[in-house]
Amino acid sequence: MSRESRRREDEAAREWKGAYRPYDILKEASIALGVVLALAVVLTLLFSSPDLKPSTVQSWSRGDPVDFVTTATTELDGSSGTGSYGPPYNHASDGQHIAFIYLAKWLGVSHPINSAQDFVLAPLRSISGQPALASALSAYQAAPANTQTTWTSAYEKALGNATTNPNGSVKVKPGNYGPLPAMMGSLLTFAQSGGLDGALLTSKQFYQTDYTKPLLFMADGGVLATRAQQQHLLGTQWGMMNETGSYPGQVWLWLYTFWYQIKPFSTSANADILVMAVMGVLSLAFILIPFIPGARDLPRRIPIYKLIWRDHYRTQQSRGRLA
Amino acid sequence: MSSVNGEPPSVNGEPTSVNGKSWTEKARDRAVGALPPEKLLPDSQPSYMSSWIYVFGVLTLTSLIVIIASGSILALKGPGWWHFTGIGHFFNSIHLWSVELFFFFMVIHLWGKYWMAAWRGGRARVWMTGAVAFVVAVPCALTGYVSQQNFDAQWISTQAKDGLNAAGVGSFFNVTNFGQMYSYHVYLLPLAVVAIVIAHVLLVRRHGIVPPFQLSDRAQPTAREPESVREPDSVPAGGRAS
Repeated sequence: MSRESRRREDEAAREWKGAYRPYDILKEASIALGVVLALAVVLTLLFSSPDLKPSTVQSWSRGDPVDFVTTATTELDGSSGTGSYGPPYNHASDGQHIAFIYLAKWLGVSHPINSAQDFVLAPLRSISGQPALASALSAYQAAPANTQTTWTSAYEKALGNATTNPNGSVKVKPGNYGPLPAMMGSLLTFAQSGGLDGALLTSKQFYQTDYTKPLLFMADGGVLATRAQQQHLLGTQWGMMNETGSYPGQVWLWLYTFWYQIKPFSTSANADILVMAVMGVLSLAFILIPFIPGARDLPRRIPIYKLIWRDHYRTQQSRGRLA
Repeated sequence: MSSVNGEPPSVNGEPTSVNGKSWTEKARDRAVGALPPEKLLPDSQPSYMSSWIYVFGVLTLTSLIVIIASGSILALKGPGWWHFTGIGHFFNSIHLWSVELFFFFMVIHLWGKYWMAAWRGGRARVWMTGAVAFVVAVPCALTGYVSQQNFDAQWISTQAKDGLNAAGVGSFFNVTNFGQMYSYHVYLLPLAVVAIVIAHVLLVRRHGIVPPFQLSDRAQPTAREPESVREPDSVPAGGRAS
C-alpha cells in the first residue's frame, strides 16, 4: 500500500459522516455489569477456587527427611541452587546474560543470601542448651575449607543411599563426615519441630513479610517440585499457564511458556533472559502495531472485517441497488 | 476569581488576568473542547456498529469493575481471611473468575480491534493504550497469584523469580517477598491499570469507533445519509464504550 493511499484511507477513517442510531451507553454498561457479575457468581458456585495448603519446612522435613538433609548439606557447601545462583542473592556467579548484556549482574546483589550461614549455621547457632551441637559447630567452622568440602562431599554421596529411621532421623553408612551428622541431625530435629520455619524468617525487626529465604530453601529441595509435577505445574508441562487442580490458570502467559518448550530456549543455560528478551520485543511490537508495516496491513489483506461489518456492507449494497 | 454578572473578574477594580485566560480556564476549555458532554456520554452510535464483537470492550470494563469490587472486599478483611471462612472463599472465587473473564473478554476485544485495524484515522493512541493495558494487567495478575499464601503462590513465585532476576527486575520486584507483592497487587499495579484504562476510554470517546474499511466497489459516505436512523448534530463516530 502506497503512502498516499494509506494517507487517504486514514483520512477517510477519521470521522464517520454516515448515519447514526439511538443508543444508551449507560444502559449497555449496566447490562454488561449484570452479565459479568452473574457469570462470575455462576462460575463461583459451580467451581469455587483452588486453595492447596502451602508446604512448610516442617512438613518437608517430616515427609522427606533425606531430601531435607541432602538439600541442607548442599546449602552448607554452596552447591545448591541458591548457593550458586549469583545476583540478586550472592556473587557466586554472574547470572544469566545475552552476549555482553549482564542485566542481573549490573543490578547487583539486592537480597543478600549466604546459603551456608542463613540456611544452616545461623539456625543451628540459635539452638541453645546442646553442648554436642555447639562442639560440632565449632569443629566445622574451625576446619580448613578443603576439609569441610571433603566432609560435605562424602556426606552428600552417602545421603544418596540413606534411609529414614522410624523416629524420622536419617541413617547413613559410617564414613568420614566430620561433625556433619551431628549438625544435620540437630537441624533436622529443629526443622521437624517447626523451629526452622521461624528461624528462616527471623530478621532485624519483629514484623516480617519477606519469605524469600524459606521459599528458596524449599525450592532447592524436591518438596515443591514433587507437588508441582502432580499438579501439572512444571515448566515442561506448560506449567506457567496452569493452575493447581483442573482450574484455568494464567492462560494469557501461553506465549511465555511456549518458548520454554522449544530449542534453543529449552536447552539454553540462559533460557530465562532469552525468553524475557523475546517477550519484551514482542510486547513492544504488539503496542506499536499501528506503525509496523506488514502487521498493520494484515487486517486489510485478510478480510475478516467483511464478517464484522457484514450488516453495514449489505446495507450499502442494497442502497446501491435501489439507487 | 470568577466573573460576576458578566463583568470581567477584578480585585479592587483591577483585572486579575491581563494576559488572557487563567490556567484553570485553559484546562477547562481544552477538556470540554476535546470531550464535550455529547461525546463523553453519547446517546447515538454509528450505524455500522452492528456486531457482537463490539460488546467485548464494555464486558472487559465491567469485568474490571467486578475485580476491583471483589478485591476491595478481600483487601478490607486482610490477605488470610479467605483461607478460613466460607464467605471469604466465595469472594476470592468471584475475584478469580472475574480475572479470568477480564482476560478472556480483553483478548477477544483486542483481536476484534486488530482485524478492524482500529488504529486508522488518527487512533494509534487508542490502540496503544489498549495494548499497554493488557501488558500491565499481566504483572497485576501475577502479583495476585503470588499473594495467595498457598502452594500455588509458593510454586509460582519460586519459578517466576528466575525470569525476573535474569532481566534485572528481581532486584526491585521480588516475587518471593509477600509484603512487597501484596502492595503491588492491591495498590500500585491496579492504579496503573485503571489509569491506563481510563485514558483508553477517554481516547475512544474522543476519536470515536473506527469506521469500516471502504470496499473497492463503493466509496465511504462523504455526507450524511438519509436513513431510518437518527442523525444527531456534530457527533463524530462514537457509540459503544468499546
